[in-house]
Amino acid sequence: MNATHLLKRLVGTLPLLLGVSLLLFGVLHLAPGGPLDVYADNPSVSPEALAQMRTAFGLDQPLPVQYVSWVTAFFTGEWGYSIRTARPVTQEIVERIGPTLILGGTAFVLSLLIALPLGIVSAVRRYSGIDYLITFLSFLGVSMPVFWLALMLQLLFAVQWRVLPSAGIQTIGSDSVLDLIHHLILPACILAFASVAGWSRYMRSSMVEVLGQDYVRTARAKGLTTGRVVIHHALRNALIPIITVVALDFATILSGAVITETIFAWPGIGRLFIESMNGRDYPVLMALMMAGSLALILSNLLADLAYAAVDPRIRYE
Amino acid sequence: MSDAAIPSTRRRTADTPWRLFRRRFLRHRLAVTGLVMLCVLALLALLAPHLAPYAFDGQDLEIMGQPQPPSRAHLMGTDQLGRDAFTRVLYGARVSLAVGLASALLSTLLGTLVGSLAGYYRSAVDSVLMRLTDVVLCIPLLPLVILLSGMLRPNVTLLVAIIGILGWMGTARLVRGQFLSLREREFVEASRALGGSNNRIMFRHILPNALGPIIVATTLAVGSGIMLESALSFLGLGVQPPTPTWGNLLNYASQWLQNAPWLALFPGLMILITVLSVNFLGDGLRDALDPRS
Repeated sequence: MNATHLLKRLVGTLPLLLGVSLLLFGVLHLAPGGPLDVYADNPSVSPEALAQMRTAFGLDQPLPVQYVSWVTAFFTGEWGYSIRTARPVTQEIVERIGPTLILGGTAFVLSLLIALPLGIVSAVRRYSGIDYLITFLSFLGVSMPVFWLALMLQLLFAVQWRVLPSAGIQTIGSDSVLDLIHHLILPACILAFASVAGWSRYMRSSMVEVLGQDYVRTARAKGLTTGRVVIHHALRNALIPIITVVALDFATILSGAVITETIFAWPGIGRLFIESMNGRDYPVLMALMMAGSLALILSNLLADLAYAAVDPRIRYE
Repeated sequence: MSDAAIPSTRRRTADTPWRLFRRRFLRHRLAVTGLVMLCVLALLALLAPHLAPYAFDGQDLEIMGQPQPPSRAHLMGTDQLGRDAFTRVLYGARVSLAVGLASALLSTLLGTLVGSLAGYYRSAVDSVLMRLTDVVLCIPLLPLVILLSGMLRPNVTLLVAIIGILGWMGTARLVRGQFLSLREREFVEASRALGGSNNRIMFRHILPNALGPIIVATTLAVGSGIMLESALSFLGLGVQPPTPTWGNLLNYASQWLQNAPWLALFPGLMILITVLSVNFLGDGLRDALDPRS
């Protein structure tokens, strides 16, 4: 892998971004009444004022012209102003990204710490009681409506036992890290939950495949213990396919934050999305959708690059 | 190979694909359980008007004002408006199951069409359709569905359309892969030599051979459709009250979590049981339909 290859891949994402922007632009125009719909219901905004705004925002221009100016503005970092708060969209997003990264990052690490050992145990003890148990639990995991699980955990830990706060990121007036962690436990567990089930399945099948390889048999034949064979010989190779899945899912975790953050009143990007949805704040919504797609495209790219980096057998021309 | 094996294979009647499938499927106990559960759920949903003890919007004015815990008269309790929670969960099954099923069928239809065309015609058609698939896959699904539902304030039909139209990409890639390999097989060549039209070859000859993975994908899509609808309705963006779905029942219940936790328990449990059954069924179908296993 080298700089030219990286550059080639980066250029390759441009058509995707363009396609995404076209699609999202189309979606934006599905809104009944268009972006000025919010003002249409407002009796203090006269039809003349509405027409004036239409001209001022360029909404009377033909659609292709509107699209081009929107896309150039987006790629030059001019994301416009929020309809609800009248502040720059970039500022709104930057303020909210911290809590989401804390929550998403914690959930990400937590899922890895739980999913990988589960998958390994499942693979090493294949077709045993514990394998069936883990398999069953992972089915339960992928079938679980996380918003319901969140409600149930809130009910148990916050309402019944009163050991954890039910919502928010901090107790008012407190800014200690411990308080933050206290608030983080429930939402991070819920957000992690969704990916644990899937990842442990991938880990299991990848590990099962590697354990069937000749070199693993050789390692066993020279008298190594199962633990040593698994950890020192099999694990590194078994992790290679996992990298792709995990990198791709990081973006999924972030979009899953929409629901988790809403339930736990976590002041992050996900909640901003729902707030903007309720306030019909299209500039913020569009910026978030574009940013989310960009994140997904980049994590795709990252997954490919990481895959090639750890496995020398893989060569991109 | 050994002589002992011969009598046992002779005793069996000829293995038609259907018999083979049935035998493999019935061996998968969880899948059979899932299928039975789904049949029961479907019956409950269909017969809801006959089974429900009360009308779905019927209010008991005597106990109105405060949710009542489960009792003999109200198995799952009542909500603040004095409506029977069991009745509403039963009616909720109708919408939730219907949305899941219809959206899965729609996304399968679209995905199969796109995948067949791309895999059969290849070259330009393939590039255009697959680039489109890539682009749609680049947009985070859940936020996009939320955005569209928030904008359009959909009724049930439109909701099915939204979920179905945004879910075809996986099936398209799957079907394309099947078509790419199947189109090189001899029976396709034979049909072409006999003068079969492209449509005939695609849908009469190739498609039936690709049906296994499509059925599995459709089954699993029912589960994710139900999940997506409940998530949307839970956020207040899906099916609107008074029509009950499991999702909007949970939305309502979340406001009463402290005082009436039983309202939140049952709808979520129903979602869990349904999606779990669908996933078990899908797993069993995959084992039974996969010719490699």
